[in-house]
Order: sequence, then structure tokens, then C-alpha cells
Amino acid sequence: MLYIFCPHCGLRSQNEFAYGGDATVKRPELNKEISDQEWNNFVYLRKSPRGKHLELWHHISGCRQWIKVERDTSTHEIFKTYKADELTE
Amino acid sequence: MSQDFRLDNIGMVNRNKKISFTFNGKKYFGYEGDTIASALIANGVHLVGRSFKYHRPRGFFGVGVDEPYAILQLERNNERDPNIRATEQEIFEGLEVKSVNCWPSVNFDIGAINNFLKMFFPAGFYYKTFMWPPSFWYKIYEPFIRMAAGFGEASIKHDKERYEHKYEYCDLLITGSGPSGLASAYAAAKNGARVILAEDKPRYGGSLLTSDVNIGNQTGAEWSEKIITELKSMSNVIVKNRSQVFGYYDHNMLVMSERISDHLPKTQKYLPKQRLWYIRAKEVLISSGSIERPLVFGNNDTPGVMLSSAAKEYIKVYGVLVGKKPLIFTNNDSGYETAIEFKKNGVNPLILDTRKEPSSDIITEAKNLGIEIKYSYVVVAAKGYKKVKSADIAKISDNKKDLSNIENIECDCICVSGFWTPSIHLASQSGNKSEFNEKIDAFIPKKSKQKENTIGSANGKFTLEETINEAFNKGYEVSNKITENNNKVSIPTVVEKKSTEHDKFWCVPLPKGKSYKRFLDFQNDVAVTDIELALREGFRSIEHVKRYTTLGMATDQGKTSNLNGLQLVSDIENKVVPQVGHTTFRPPYTPVSIGAIVGREVGKHSKPTRKSPMHEWHEKNNAVFVDAGVWLRPRYYKQGNETLFEASKREAKNVRKNVGVCDVTTLGKIDVKGPDAAEFLNRVYTNAWLKLPVGKARYGVMLREDGIVMDDGTTTRISENHYHMTTTTAQAANVLSHLEYYLQLVWPELNVNVVSTTEQWAGAAIAGPNSRALLMKLFPNTDVSNEALPFMGYKEADLFGIPAKIYRISFSGELAYEVNVESDYGNFMWEKIIEVGKEFQIQAYGTEALSTLRIEMGHVAGSELDGRTIPHDASLEGLVSKKKDFIGKRSLSRSAFTKPDREKIVGVVPLDKTTSIPEGSYIVKDPKAKLPNPKLGHVSASCWSVEYDNPFSLAIIKDGKNMIGQKLFAMSPLKNKTIPVEIVSSHYVDPEGKRVRA
Repeated sequence: MLYIFCPHCGLRSQNEFAYGGDATVKRPELNKEISDQEWNNFVYLRKSPRGKHLELWHHISGCRQWIKVERDTSTHEIFKTYKADELTE
Repeated sequence: MSQDFRLDNIGMVNRNKKISFTFNGKKYFGYEGDTIASALIANGVHLVGRSFKYHRPRGFFGVGVDEPYAILQLERNNERDPNIRATEQEIFEGLEVKSVNCWPSVNFDIGAINNFLKMFFPAGFYYKTFMWPPSFWYKIYEPFIRMAAGFGEASIKHDKERYEHKYEYCDLLITGSGPSGLASAYAAAKNGARVILAEDKPRYGGSLLTSDVNIGNQTGAEWSEKIITELKSMSNVIVKNRSQVFGYYDHNMLVMSERISDHLPKTQKYLPKQRLWYIRAKEVLISSGSIERPLVFGNNDTPGVMLSSAAKEYIKVYGVLVGKKPLIFTNNDSGYETAIEFKKNGVNPLILDTRKEPSSDIITEAKNLGIEIKYSYVVVAAKGYKKVKSADIAKISDNKKDLSNIENIECDCICVSGFWTPSIHLASQSGNKSEFNEKIDAFIPKKSKQKENTIGSANGKFTLEETINEAFNKGYEVSNKITENNNKVSIPTVVEKKSTEHDKFWCVPLPKGKSYKRFLDFQNDVAVTDIELALREGFRSIEHVKRYTTLGMATDQGKTSNLNGLQLVSDIENKVVPQVGHTTFRPPYTPVSIGAIVGREVGKHSKPTRKSPMHEWHEKNNAVFVDAGVWLRPRYYKQGNETLFEASKREAKNVRKNVGVCDVTTLGKIDVKGPDAAEFLNRVYTNAWLKLPVGKARYGVMLREDGIVMDDGTTTRISENHYHMTTTTAQAANVLSHLEYYLQLVWPELNVNVVSTTEQWAGAAIAGPNSRALLMKLFPNTDVSNEALPFMGYKEADLFGIPAKIYRISFSGELAYEVNVESDYGNFMWEKIIEVGKEFQIQAYGTEALSTLRIEMGHVAGSELDGRTIPHDASLEGLVSKKKDFIGKRSLSRSAFTKPDREKIVGVVPLDKTTSIPEGSYIVKDPKAKLPNPKLGHVSASCWSVEYDNPFSLAIIKDGKNMIGQKLFAMSPLKNKTIPVEIVSSHYVDPEGKRVRA
């Protein structure tokens, strides 16, 4: 079971969190003309790298904040965690 | 019965407390502190089971977790507990155990015929035999294999015992209380660290209990007693016996199973049977010790052949002799220690040492005691079927290939020692890649992967002095990283006898003309010939050899067999062991009961049960409940002998005719607040929200980004910047997460907050033509006329002194209101509604009637919004704004979603107006068409229309709009029904929606 550092609550066990997928995906802006291909990439295509990955976790049984977790997908090592408004670019 | 093999003056069992138990129906006595194994051996019983494949007789091989043979089934309180190791299970008054894998009895076992057919049972027998014809598999092969497979029978009854889970945190977890565990725990605890010391056995001390050593002028046993007593008195230390740390998981999470009541006749009140500990440790010291390796020779599985360290422990801990004419067969000095214990207790052993001329302190002591020793000698084969009666022994040449001077000597047990294998399982589970140590012919942990260190004999340190020094230093070093107390305790002096090197020899060659079975894996009956065959057949990877031969795959997970198997593969392949590598160690280290894993989460406790504040009223009024997510909701209120069908029809009819009340507390409720709340709702819902006035509700649909409907519900503008959103019961949690996602990550610039208020409000839906009249009586001071409170209106009102909120919304399609009060007033509100509603013939209605009402109105719910439908499919396209953007909008213009013949919701009525259409039925044009019959769609929900008194269903079918009026068929292959139907509008009742606006 992972031990995740929530930037708001501190080190908490994985069972307080829900996994939220790739944190590098950016939603296209509202009201912007966008091709089927681009939209398809946003809705369906996700990277699933082996190694370092930035992913979203939702502290659902805690502070209910979405956080960003930099984790190695093969070793589970967590390098750093960020608040939702960090690493926005 | 006299205990012929019990010694009088040695051992740690409580001689003052005799305990009786039965084994295979026969009564035996032992003492408190005995295991089943020690008590049976004391009574001279060695035959306890039959082997897995050949049904050969099985006795005791070890004295602890490594036991491959003595797997028994425990029966108490009419319950069965299979897979009990006799070497671990302590006896208690009234214990009943029996042998497994034998029929009709362990003494006379029909299955033993396999032993004489063994040439027909080579490795891979099952793979090769049970292949053809394929049709034989289910009816003949599988039942046959199932009957033969497995050790013991699991109970099929409900387990009445209690199992618990516990979460714990510590600075340092130490697994094993042998010399290294005790020393490191002591050093770390004295340095202020929070320590958990786990010991698998009932007694602490590990090898200190059986070895002839001296620490700080005390015997090993005395020293361990002193250390444990002091550790137990320290507030920063948790010491647990009968507790096995069996799994090492990510981020230093370890799991331990504590056997709390397994050794007691009855689980004590307030005590669980077992407790599973989830321990998050900052650092781990693995002091799990080592397990003696067997030597391989002919018939080495005969009862009476056992590990020499086990024989020693039976003497020193239990005061039990495993035999009175022991043969010690060893390739190292450990066998001598056992021989010395026999000799000291009046038994004359014979030592066969594979080494030519070894010399050490221990060997000298054995010689001085007058023990007979034969050098360069081996056991060729054990003789005797159900118990060792004699052994063929022989001189072995210097190159260890040739046998000479074969003779038969009498003996009643053969104690073997093939040196020691460190237990590296936990280190390996943590991700530590092990390395082969040539000096000890075994793997030891390499570089730490997680925050773990392995110490003592688990790390290949086999002298006590080395172990104690390493453990004191590591305990200090690791704890000091955390506490920084710099409090170092002095290391006691150690006195032990020096030993010399072991012999790398481990497998006795077969004499000419003999074909003795030489076993590697004792539980799964894997012999040398099986591995040889696997390699001949082309299996090379050790992982493949393991799976093909089942070496190390039994419940003991190869604790005694893995390394010898590797040796054999490397010998045949002319490789060295490190090239072959070992198979992966996975948790659990020892079998864990399913009960312990499940813990308290059984039956109704597997998930929380949520009840509305009005639950008690429902119960008192004969509600029959249904699970709605984690909620319990009344499905119908039973009157007399009513069936579900009759009751729901009565309740629904009453809503259409008079007035009904339904508990809608379970609906998800979310408060949306902030200056940008309207803008946010506008982006979340498909329809427009910017112009919703205060005091008005609106129905909305929200999509996922892929265009599929996520949820629907009404949202009311309570004040300028405050909205009250409702969601479906099932989706409440998901919708909240969804909203939080967009507010926190996608549009953080929006100044909006959301919070769940589901549990803060109790809700009652009052529906039916009499509902306004009832409302007027409930709220005499509030104007609830159609003008003052129109459809989709909202008002705050006073309900007999209680603040209430009235939403004029309708799911039933009737004139209806939803009244909300704070949860604590829920029951008060409900009782008032029932009381005041009496004169209007009010009846409470459950979810079944609720469904009927919404289905015949064509209102969609979860069965239509099933994660596959877009708004158009559910006839909700009118709610999709063309002007503004919202979540999922872009997906709606994708080609598959804009096809002209896209699925659409319709109504379905059987032509005979009497046959109900099963939910899930297919709608087809021709019921007799060739299979696969192309389906137009499926029936999503069915009810008995109370308005028209005939069956009515909703279906989502291809090109639904143009299908209205067509005669088609509803087919349910599951119910074997084909029903001619007519497609009608989904709005079966009141299509213009006049009633809700009345």
C-alpha cells in the first residue's frame, strides 16, 4: 500500500485516496474550435509510461483536494507531490 | 497412556498441566505448551498423513513454519480448519485433529496404490494425460482431479469466529526474536525508538532456546528471557508472539497475522481468533533466521527422517525424543549439536559425516562424550514403510561419486543436516535482489530496496558472536537515524563453540541397480527424477521447471526444497547456482486464513449501511427494504399477504388517484456556492443556467467529456450565489468528485465551493392530485397556490415550527412537491405528513411504485442513463444548448453520435396487453430470423402501468423515433419468451405534462 504525502494533510495511506489518472492532460479551452483528432486525443489517449509519471490522486477520504503525484510506475517510488495549482504549465 | 518418548528433566512445557486431545479419533495426552507434533511424538506417533501424489506415509520433518508433511485438519465447535501445521498448532483441552489426503485412514490408504504406479505419474502427468478428448474435461477429468486435489476440506458453514484488522505505525519493525532480533530490538528500544518485535512462535528466543551458548554470563535461554522481560516493560516497545510477518509490501507496509486464540479451547469473549496487523514501519530489520536444508537420499521421506535441528528442538523445548536409536546424517557441525543433546539425555546416536576429517570444538566435544562417528559416510536409503526401521549406509569416495561397504544398520530415526538456508523471503518481497554466497551455498539479501536491513543468520551470519555484534550495531544505527538520541548500550560478551566448514555435498548417488525415490519437495512429491525429466523435456528456466514439476509450489512454498532443487538443476546443466537463479518469493510467507484477510468486513459489514432518518417509521410500517447503493430504501410497504406486485400497484395507484409520500432522503445533494456558481453550472450542465432566477429550480443533465450522460437532477437557486444541486442516489459521490476536479484543476479561476449536504437534509416527496391540498394543511401560513408556488418553484416555509424547504418538482409525473427539513427533524416531518395526510388517503410508497410511476411517464433513470447513452438517446436533446460550451459538448458532434438512426428511447406495449416484458429483452423485427438475430435495442425498464392497467416498458432502440407504431417482438432468451409488441411513445401517460403544472 502506497504512502502518499498530501501537501495539505501530510503522509497518508493509499486507501484514503482515489487514483485520478494522467496529470499532464490539459483540457482544451471552452468555446475553442478543435479538430476531431485533437478532441479524441484529449478524451481517450493517455500515456502509460514505465517509470516516472505525473498523476492525479484525489484525497477523497481526507481533505478532498486533487493533488499531483510524481511516481515511478514500476517501483512505486514517489518523488514529489504537488497541490492542484502547482505545475500548471 | 504413557508417554514413552518424553524426557523427565528437560523442556519448557508445563508438566503441571496435562492436556488431552484426539488425533484421528484416538485420545492422547500432552502438556501445556506442546504442539500437536511434540505431543504425538512423545506418544510415539509418527505417521500423520499421506503425501499429495503418491500417498506415501508422512511423519514430521521440521518443528515450525517449514513443516512440509504434517498438515492436519482441526475440528472444533463443529467447524473445520484445514491446512494446520502440526508443528505450529499448540494443543488445548478437547482439541480434535485428523489426517488429510488419505482414505479410509492414514494407516490404510487406498490412494497409496499411486505409490506402486509411480512410473505412470511423472512430472507433468496431468498436463500430458488429461488433454483429449476436450469433451472429457468437465464431466470426467475435472471432477476426478478435484477429488484428488487439496489438503483437507474447508468448512462451508458461516465462520462464527471474529477476525480483526489493526493499523500500526512504528520506527522499527523487527521480524523474529532470535538472537539478532532480540539484540537489535534492545539496542533500538534503549535508543528511544518505537519498536515492534514480532515472533512467530509462542516462545521468544529462536535458536537461543536450543543452542549451548553463553551471553553475558548467562545461558542463551536466560539471556533471551531477561531481554524480553525488559522489552515488554518498555512503553515504546510492542512485543508480539504467535505473530508472523508474512508480507512486505510497498512503502514499508508489512502485514502480520497474530494468532490470538488458535491455541485456546474457545475464543475468549472480547478476543478475536486472529488479528491482521498492517504495520507501516520507518525501518525494518529482518531477523527471520534460517532453515536447515535436508540431505537427499533414497526414501528420504519416510516418517522418522527429519531435520536434525528439529530433533534438537523437540528435546530441548518439549523434552521429547524423536527416536531412541538415532542416526545423525550431516555435512556440517550442526548434526553434532543434535547428537550431543541425544547423548546428554541418555540416548546413543551414530553420526554419519560426509566430510573426510573435519575438526572443531563441537566435534571434539562429541568425541569426548563417546559418540560414535563415521566419516565419509552417507545414508543410501531409509528402510521401513510407515516408520524408519533401518538404513542402508555406505562409505562414499572422495569425489562423492562412488559408494562402497553398503550395510544395513538398525535405527528408528534419521536426523539430517545439509547446512542452513537463510530465510530471505521478506527481503526478496521488498524488492531486494539477492546474491549467491559461495561460502554458505545459499542466497542472501543484497542491496536494500526499501528501508530494510537483514541481520543474523537470515543474512548468512552463522556464528553467534557475529550475529550479536551486528544486531546491536544495526539496532543502534537504524534507530539513531530516527531518534538521534545517541544512546548506545554495551554489547555483551558471547561464548560459543567454534565450528568448522560444511561440506558442499548434498545428494547421495543411487547405488547400482537401485531406483530409490529421492525427494526434493516433500509435500508435492517432487523427486530427483522429476527434475531430471523436466530438463530432458526442454524446460530450462527455473520458473518453468518449478511450474512443470510443482517443486516448491505446495503450502510450505518450498522452504526446505527450493535450494536443493536449484542445486540439482545447476548440477545437471553444468551451471553454478547463481546462473540458474531462484524463483520469486511472493507473500504470504506462511498460509494466512481467509478469515484474517477479510476481517470484520463480512456479510452486512462488508460495506456501511446508510439509513434515512425515517428508517424506523418504515420498519414499523412493514417496509420491505432494498439496497440502493449503500442505502437501505423501502421497496414497498407490505399490507397483509400482499406480494411485491400487488403492493407496488396499490401504492402507485394511490399516487395517481389521491396522494402518496416517498422517502427521497437518499438523493445526492450538493451545495454550490460562490459568485461564479451560475457560470460553473452553465459549464457543468448541458442546458443554460445563467438566467435562472432566485427561488426557481431547473432540471439539468451533465455529461462526461466523452459525451455520455453522467447524471441528471434538479438544481435550485436558493439565493444569489447559492445553489442546491441534487444528484441521483447512485452517482452522488462521483458527481462531487467530478465537480471538485473541474474546480480545482481545470477552472481554478472560478470562485465556487462545493460540499455534500446529502446527510444534512431529510426529504419527502409528496405526489398526487391531493398533494396541494395536503400542503396547504401542512403549511397553513404559506401560500402554496399554483401562482405563488408554480411548477419548478421553491419556497421556504414553516412546518409546525420547523424550518422546511419546498421544491415543486416531480419524478412521478403528478402534481408533486419535495419537502426537505434538517435530518434530525426528518422523522417529525414524516409523521406529520402521514398524520395530516390521512384525510387525503395518503399512503407511503416505495421504490417499486416510484419506478412504475416514472416509467409510465417516460422519465429516464439509471436504467436508461446507463453509461452508454447520450442526451439524444434519452430524448433529452432539447436540454442541450447549441449556444454555449459545456463539459462533453464537443463529443456530441462526433460522427457516431450524429447518425440519423441513432438509438432512441421508446415505449413498448405487449399486443396482448397482459404479458409483462422481461427487462433486458431484445427488440427484434423477426423472432425466427437466423442467428445471430440482429437486435434493434433492448428493454431498459418494465412496469405494470397503473394508468392503463397493462404492462408497459421503456426500450432504447435504433432509429426509435421512426419505429413508433411498428409491431415488433421482444425476445428474452434467458426467460425463453418471445412477445409480440407495439412501439409507442415513451411518454405513455400525460404526454403534454399537464399534471405537473396543474
